[in-house]
This record gives sequence, structure tokens and C-alpha cells, in this order.
Amino acid sequence: MPNKRLVLLFPPHLIEEPVTYRLIKGYDVKVNILRGKIVPRDYGRLVVEVDGTQEAVDGALAYLEQVGVGVQPLAKDVRWHEERCVECTACAAVCPTGALAVSRPDMRIVCDHDKCIGCELCVPVCPFQAIEILL
Amino acid sequence: MAKTIQQINEKIKSGQAVVCTAEEIIGIAREKGHARAAAEVDVVTTGTFAPMCSSAAYFNVGHSKPRIKLGGGRVTLNDVPVYTGLAAVDFLLGATALPDEDPRNRIYPGKFLYGGGHVIEELVGGKAVQLVAQAYGTDCYPRRKLETWISLEDMNEAMLFNIRNCYQNYNVAVNTSDRTIHTYMGVLQPKMRNAGYCSAGQLSPLLNDPHYRTIGMGTRIFLGGGIGYVVGSGTQHSPAVPRLENGVPRSGAGTLAVTGELKQMQPRWLRGASFLGYGATMAVGIGIPIPILDEEMLRCTAVTDADLVAQVVDYSSDYPERVANSLAEVSYAELKSGTITVNGKNIRTAGLSSYARAREIAGTLKAWIQQGSFLLSEPVAPIADQDSGLVCKPLVEKPIANHQRFNQVPVHLAGGR
Repeated sequence: MPNKRLVLLFPPHLIEEPVTYRLIKGYDVKVNILRGKIVPRDYGRLVVEVDGTQEAVDGALAYLEQVGVGVQPLAKDVRWHEERCVECTACAAVCPTGALAVSRPDMRIVCDHDKCIGCELCVPVCPFQAIEILL
Repeated sequence: MAKTIQQINEKIKSGQAVVCTAEEIIGIAREKGHARAAAEVDVVTTGTFAPMCSSAAYFNVGHSKPRIKLGGGRVTLNDVPVYTGLAAVDFLLGATALPDEDPRNRIYPGKFLYGGGHVIEELVGGKAVQLVAQAYGTDCYPRRKLETWISLEDMNEAMLFNIRNCYQNYNVAVNTSDRTIHTYMGVLQPKMRNAGYCSAGQLSPLLNDPHYRTIGMGTRIFLGGGIGYVVGSGTQHSPAVPRLENGVPRSGAGTLAVTGELKQMQPRWLRGASFLGYGATMAVGIGIPIPILDEEMLRCTAVTDADLVAQVVDYSSDYPERVANSLAEVSYAELKSGTITVNGKNIRTAGLSSYARAREIAGTLKAWIQQGSFLLSEPVAPIADQDSGLVCKPLVEKPIANHQRFNQVPVHLAGGR
């Protein structure tokens, strides 16, 4: 089972529920928190990398669904607007994971959503507003 | 065996011209040798696509009924102010103009999401924009206010006029300080964690004709997806800078002023751009054909990224303080590899000039010439070269004394009042 990058959406009533603790203790999955955002009395949003056996990850996902945590792949929240991108390569130099990379020698931009951790470093450096991250 | 532009044009018209891009010519020259390649190839096409802040467009929007004198008044297009110090319905929009309401760097770093370049991109894309004007009213131009949608097709003239584009070479920007800085060369991380560069290198027009032998006033070019012309050298044209043995300048040198009708251009090649903490600008696509008149021109166009160098400049102190200092000289081959080494430190590089788009432009221009739809033009006047001794001068400030303050109309113009 390859590790998965997920966005967990916490409705307000779950904000005090120790979901991450239960994922680790109850389902034996490795949870690596990449980003977190909590708006009091509104919502919580956690970007995590989840790793473990197929069985463990399936169990963890079933638990999340059961308690009402929304789950979606990170890639869905990261948008590379190809029509706005001019392939200047400014983003690739700041991307820590190689999700945005330059193919050489043709110097084109290659976007691999699976490698993105949603750090948003690329967003402000793009002069053409070609990257949007909805986190 | 020398060729003339006229002879090359005859070959283009008869579909016989051999055309290749400045990238393709490298392999051809290597394989066939310069003499044979020069005999066989007629035209080499170049290209560049990068932010060019000294870009602008001027417009004539036609006369309203009743008439309004925009000249000396205040006009905005989608809230972006234009320059109105011209006749009644002519005005000029600069690529870096910002709406009055834009907070600039008041909230640092400013985002500059919409400026003059974005308005030009929208107009070229066929969109209507909002023209809002206030004028002072005269007997012959009585109207004081005007608000209307307007698009390019409604206008009489719409011309792109860029006073400095196509820089022959450019700095590589780094930041040696302890804080992140926001520059026109991108966001520069502290302690030289990244470097920004901005040239198409071996595809760049003026690096393929380093002494401006074939490019001059009147040269027909690819401009913004349409056809344009070189007006002459651009502002800050500095041909007399240090050069390598192959003739190419080791730092920023020559520049071009260019113009062309906006109505036949495409938004893909004129793109509004926003530099965090710096400002708004516009990326411009330019392609210039270089006639292979002789073996010397072939040698010039066969230049590779490994033969071209740029200076690494510290944008945290040396550049803002106008201290002439280079931390290192690096080649475009190194810059494009993704890493350069400065004082033993490996630094990640980021381009601002799109090499992928530069190649597309060179390819498009090649296709136009092969189809016979684009002929080469003889320059009508040359551009100043190295031997002119011309270099860009710094500003020497001359203090204005209090009693000299310009606060009234000069006496000879005041009519005795």
C-alpha cells in the first residue's frame, strides 16, 4: 500500500475529537501531518500522509467516514491552470518535493499531483497566477 | 559565399528557403561545419518570452457625441489609469500601471494582481473593458464625463509600443541577506537559497546577432503573436559593455524598441504578470529572424548555452544600492541545469524567461517564413554597436535649492500677469 496524501475535513462538532490519536492507536497507521487549519466554531482541515498495510488504511478510512470526517485526495485541492502557465520554471525552484519540476532539455514544466504536499510555496512565486491551492 | 536579404527573400517567395531555429542550427553547424551550414541555411529564427516592463500600448478610441477632451483629463481602463497627455482621444497604457485602489506594498508583500499588462492581455483576448473618463470641458469639447465598455475592435488604432524589450543579456539575481526579498527577478530566499535568471540564452534574439549586424530599425519581427517591427535600439541600450571573444556581452547590453498593431496579436503572447512585492508587468513574446548572410552570421547563430554567460548579482544590497559587483559569472548551460555554484555553494535556479515558449515562437516564425507569409526586411538604420562607446548612464543628482522650487509658471510664459 503506497502512502496516501489526504485532506481531512472536520465538521465543527468533531473539532475536539482526538481523531489522529485514534487513527494511530486504533488502526496502526502512520499519520504524518503536513498542514493543519482550524477555524473556531467553523471547520478544521488537516492535510495528512497516511501510511500502513492495506487493511490498516482501509480500516482507518472506514473509521473516518463513520465519525463524519470528510476525506478527499490532496490532488483535488491543488490546481495547476495549464492555460495560464507560461512554463517560466519559477515554481520548480521552490517546490520541495519535485511535484512541480522541469523536464530537461526541453525546459517544460511537469506537474505530478501525487508528489504535492500542499505547502503552497509555489503559489506566491508564480507571476501568472497559474497555481491555486484550496486549503 | 555571401547572400543578400533580397536573395533570401526570393528564395522565401519561391518556397526554397532553408529555415531553422537558433536551437536547431547548433546541431546543423556541428554536423556540417560553419562554411557548409552557412551556404545551406538561409534564415535562423530566434525567440524570447519574458516579462518586459517597458511595454505599453497606445490607443485612439474615437470621438464621443458630444465630444470629450481626454487629453489633460483622467482616464482609466478597468480602473487602471492611462497617460492622457496627448490629443483629445489618444492615450497610452503602460504595462506596470496600477489601479489607484491597489494597496501597493502597504501590505507587504503586495500582490499586484491586476495592472496595465493584464488590461492589454484582456483587450488582445477580445474582451471589452470599462473606460471611465473625467475631463475639464472646453468650448469645442464640452463633455466632462464618459463611461463606456470598449474593446479593440471599437478603436481606431491600437498599437503595442514597447520602448525597451529583448534585453541582450541579463543578471542572475540572488539574495545574500537573512530575509526573503521580493524582486522583479522573483522571490529570492535568504542566504542565496535560490537564483533567478531571465534570458532564452541560445534562442534569444540579440545573443544570436551580438553586434546587431542584421537587426536594426525596420526589421520585421514576430511580436505578441502577430507581426511587428523594430523601432530602433531601446532605452538603456548599452552596447559598449565587456564581451566574450565570441562577441556576446557578458552582462545586460543591447535592447530594442518594438511596435506592432495590437489587433492582430494574441493573448498567448502578451500576458499580464504579477510579481509579489514588486509590481505588475507584462510578458511579451518576440521572435526575430536572422538572415545567414555569410559564415560569420552562421557562427553567431550557432552559439550555445555553454558559450553564453551572465553575472550573479546580489539583489539584497548591491543592486538596490547601485553597487557594480558580480559575485560570479555562470553560463546559461549551468543556469538551465537547475543548479549553479557560487562561492562553493550550490544554488537552485529559476527561470523567468520561458525557454519552452521561446522555442515555440522560433518554431512559429520558422513556419511563417517557410510558408512564404513572412519576408525579411532590410534595416533602414543600424543600431549603435560596441564601437559607439555607448553605455547606460546612471543618474547624477543635482540638488534643487529652496529658492529654485518650481512653483509657478515661468515668467516668460505668464504674460505679465
